[in-house]
Amino acid sequence: MSIEVKHIVKTFDAFKALDDVSLKVQTGELIALLGPSGSGKTTLLRIIAGLETADAGEILFQGNDAKDKKIKDRNVGFVFQHYALFRHMTVAENISFGLKVQPKHIRLSEDKIKAKVKELLHLVQLDWVGNRYPSQLSGGQRQRIALARALAIEPKVLLLDEPFGSLDAQVRKELRQWLRRFHDDLHITSLFVTHDQEEALEVADRVVVMNQGHIEQIGTPQEVYHKPASVFVLNFLGNVNLFRGRVIDGKLFLDHSGANLSQGGDLSNIKPANLYIRPHQLDISRHPQGDNAIKSIVKFLNLAGSSVKLDLSTEFGNELQVEITQQEYSQLKLIKGENVFVCPKDVTFCEYEI
Amino acid sequence: MSSLARTESPVVRRSLIGIALLYLVLFIFFPLFIVFASALQKGIAVYFNSLINPETLAAIKLTVLTALIAVPLNLVFGVAASWAIAKFDFRGKNFLLTLIDLPLSVSPVISGLIFVLIFGLQGVFGPWLRDHGIRIIYAPPAIILATIFVTFPMVARELIPVMKAQGNDEEEAAITLGASGWKTFWYVTLPNIKWGLLYGVILCNARAMGEFGAVSVVSGHIRGLTNTLPLQIEILYNEYNFTAAFAAASLLAFLALLTLIIKTLVEYRFRAELKAVRKEREH
Repeated sequence: MSIEVKHIVKTFDAFKALDDVSLKVQTGELIALLGPSGSGKTTLLRIIAGLETADAGEILFQGNDAKDKKIKDRNVGFVFQHYALFRHMTVAENISFGLKVQPKHIRLSEDKIKAKVKELLHLVQLDWVGNRYPSQLSGGQRQRIALARALAIEPKVLLLDEPFGSLDAQVRKELRQWLRRFHDDLHITSLFVTHDQEEALEVADRVVVMNQGHIEQIGTPQEVYHKPASVFVLNFLGNVNLFRGRVIDGKLFLDHSGANLSQGGDLSNIKPANLYIRPHQLDISRHPQGDNAIKSIVKFLNLAGSSVKLDLSTEFGNELQVEITQQEYSQLKLIKGENVFVCPKDVTFCEYEI
Repeated sequence: MSSLARTESPVVRRSLIGIALLYLVLFIFFPLFIVFASALQKGIAVYFNSLINPETLAAIKLTVLTALIAVPLNLVFGVAASWAIAKFDFRGKNFLLTLIDLPLSVSPVISGLIFVLIFGLQGVFGPWLRDHGIRIIYAPPAIILATIFVTFPMVARELIPVMKAQGNDEEEAAITLGASGWKTFWYVTLPNIKWGLLYGVILCNARAMGEFGAVSVVSGHIRGLTNTLPLQIEILYNEYNFTAAFAAASLLAFLALLTLIIKTLVEYRFRAELKAVRKEREH
């Protein structure tokens, strides 16, 4: 089922949680709502579910207005951050709850409900926990049961509110890959809320970056990471270095180097600009290569990981973060306190000052 | 606490426990013993005879009737009020909370007087009620009303913290799974608060049966008609009918003991549940 959200506004007392938010989700997509806390992402999810009502705006399910639809008629599965499992019921009772509360004339028979619970437990790979209580399960297991419970009513849309938010790093990683595979099998239209950019970029088909009640950018993980629409998106989706520069005849110059930095564009005037450069877009060498190199001192080296992360301090006193491959590192054999030259290869984002 | 106990010398420890025990003996066990001893002083036959005295029986009946009406009403009110306060945000919520506490902070005599001022002959509705032949003051209705007023915080006060601690998540989950409001309450909310609810009902019942002050003001003390058990005890005592007074008092004392036992049992169960709630939150 496709979802369309049009010009949604929601205010809590004086706080504007959502300010004219519009979004279209295609059938079968897996969408991440990404943003810091207070950005309105959970509110948006809850409005789609019907747990909150918008002050203004429209929600369309498959093109039909859902405003007057009650929660139970929206055919939505909701997974809560803290699982919200019924603590006094067993896992099997939790999963069957949505089937048992249905009106008599459409309710499945006891046997069919039992079979369905078994099938769902198998789906979330927890066949053996049916008779246990939620308190006897680990966090990751609880969240999978919560997912099974939401799927029991065969929702057309799955909404997940920070589904991995309260799990530890290892389980988090496992579970989000599992969710991705799971979605690839079921193809159910899904939205999940997260404040973890890595999670959003790794799992989602498209990422909706939110900030202070509005959408900053909607795009594929690749788009939002490499072509951020705003400084906020740029900063939120990873580390970035800020350089001051100017544009002369369509060419970018760093303030401190006077060198040019190849960049397309046909601006003919001289304009001061802020240049945002990701750590992996900076090159390091022992000797100045070209005119745009900046002399820096190695302050800190982090060798753990697939790449080597360096903290540098430029001769002008600015802090820089640089990421190079392990291979480059082993060729350079850098040590702490050493003088190097940093040279930008590319620019992620260019912000002109007016 | 435990580290304190380990560091204090045995002498200090023993004298502290001794003082506590002495207090208990002086103010609880000894009076309790006196009540039962005085009641049974002239033998078991006299004890039961004084209990089946028509006036005392009438008092017992009225007390039970009062509790039977007041407790269920306050159960419904308590659940509704705590549901509203714990699960919803609305204007005047703090005011409602203060109002619920009112009967606990006002002297019971004042609570009784309020009803006299409303329904009494000099009161707001008094003349109208008299003209229509409805008796409220100095009749069972006033006793029941005063009891309801005095006991209405009991259930709500027990439930509000429990409901607040549990939050809305499970109810919201139930609703997204297609449950109606009633089914959500019945299958999700109620099982989660049942021990707290039982605990509140027990306290409410104990207070309803034992209330003296407010009931005394509105009762009129008509023998066999408007005396509840605590009022009957006072009358018997004032007439130097000690055996009968203590026999009736032993009933209330027995009720108190029973309440304590049930309360302890429920508290034990309830604590395990609260612990589970906290554990759930931590995860």
